[in-house]
Amino acid sequence: MARRTDFDEGLNQLRELLIRMGTHVDGALKEAVESLKNSDLAKAEEVNRRDAELNAMEEEILELGSQLIITQQPVAKDLRRIIVAFKISSDLERMGDLARDIARVTIRMDGQPLVKPLIDIPHMASIASTMISESIRSYMDENTDLAYKMAKDDDEVDELYSAMLRELYTLLLDKPESAPQMMLLQMVGRYIERIADHATNIGENVVFLVTGRRPDLNS
Amino acid sequence: MEPIIRTENLDLYYEQFHALKSVNLDIPEKAATAFIGPSGCGKSTLLRTLNRMNDQIAGTRIEGLVSLGGADIYDKNMEVESLRKRVGMVFQQPNPFPKSIYENVAYGPRLQGIKKKSELDEIVEESLKQAALWDEVKDFQKRSALGLSGGQQQRLCIARALAVKPDVLLMDESTSALDPISTAKIEELIRQIKNRYTIVMVTHNMHQAARVSDKTVFFLNGEVIEAAETKTLFSTPEDSRTEDYISGRFG
Repeated sequence: MARRTDFDEGLNQLRELLIRMGTHVDGALKEAVESLKNSDLAKAEEVNRRDAELNAMEEEILELGSQLIITQQPVAKDLRRIIVAFKISSDLERMGDLARDIARVTIRMDGQPLVKPLIDIPHMASIASTMISESIRSYMDENTDLAYKMAKDDDEVDELYSAMLRELYTLLLDKPESAPQMMLLQMVGRYIERIADHATNIGENVVFLVTGRRPDLNS
Repeated sequence: MEPIIRTENLDLYYEQFHALKSVNLDIPEKAATAFIGPSGCGKSTLLRTLNRMNDQIAGTRIEGLVSLGGADIYDKNMEVESLRKRVGMVFQQPNPFPKSIYENVAYGPRLQGIKKKSELDEIVEESLKQAALWDEVKDFQKRSALGLSGGQQQRLCIARALAVKPDVLLMDESTSALDPISTAKIEELIRQIKNRYTIVMVTHNMHQAARVSDKTVFFLNGEVIEAAETKTLFSTPEDSRTEDYISGRFG
């Protein structure tokens, strides 16, 4: 098969940017949850501050992809590679926002002690983190099996979130004075659950990239 | 979409050269079908087979069937003139007659025996309108066609072909000699008329095929590799050779 040097180089640049975005989001999520667990305000501030880098990378992907469409007029899978890169970068950017939102919860709690040790949140975050890496790998390797596996991981995150809500509700009855903190923790659970949904969206886009058809893995 | 043209096990040889290999193809009626493929793949050869233009090339041998509306066009009883009235053709280079704009379009209908001026006027106007040229030439139809721009000349050739009310219009790279604006006008007119005529076009411009055709056929080395709805062929082609070609990775 003949190579289209400029185009292939452009696609490689897109891939590298997506990997960088994925690595950044994964790091932001881990740091944000760490900051919450340890009431580490400095770490939370760092996550909050670095979100701008992710937005810049998304812009870069939009610019590069647009240039490739204009100059190379790709069709079929080549075109889908760019469309999918746009969609994945948008999902990753949103995931970054959600990680930043978790860090902002740490900042809002301002060092107050946790009403209970965090168990479900780090567990959910760990699954979501794996999903972030898998989503990028499924794009790189055009691996649809991994995309479908992520849909199962997402179900697990959803179940953990439901269980966490039930637990918070029970705790709320016992310690109504902790309601403000519990609402914040509930929000963190929701943010992680959304991050997993976005990772699943990436899986859907990988299936679209490979097959040209769009499945619904988030239902 | 019902096929109006069908080829069955069609082989064509130029002397020893096997130019078309067992081509089985249906061309849908009142729709645009585009033939794409690298140079020498057989797409123009097949196009010329559809109105027997290859008859004029010595050493051409054809096996298999080409039918138009169910009738074998290579049957010994088929009159080539009447076939070409039903299957018109527009070439790469505009080739207007050195006559007035009006006479270029009226030429075919006159040959068919239409003499009444009002009737000819009507045909000329309708054909020029269908070819999206009427507004530009209606006030000086007596002027020489050779004074028109290349794009206008090509649209005049389309009007001339449409004036005899063909069933099929063959277009052999009909925009490749034109500038982008003229090309866009011809693409627009194809979109306008394709639900009234069957259009079969050969194009080196894949994006043109993607823009205007309903069905696209990819040829390689005299064979049909893939024939599909245009939308499908350019988004999810089945054959990896089609994907390589349309992605510019062929060779």
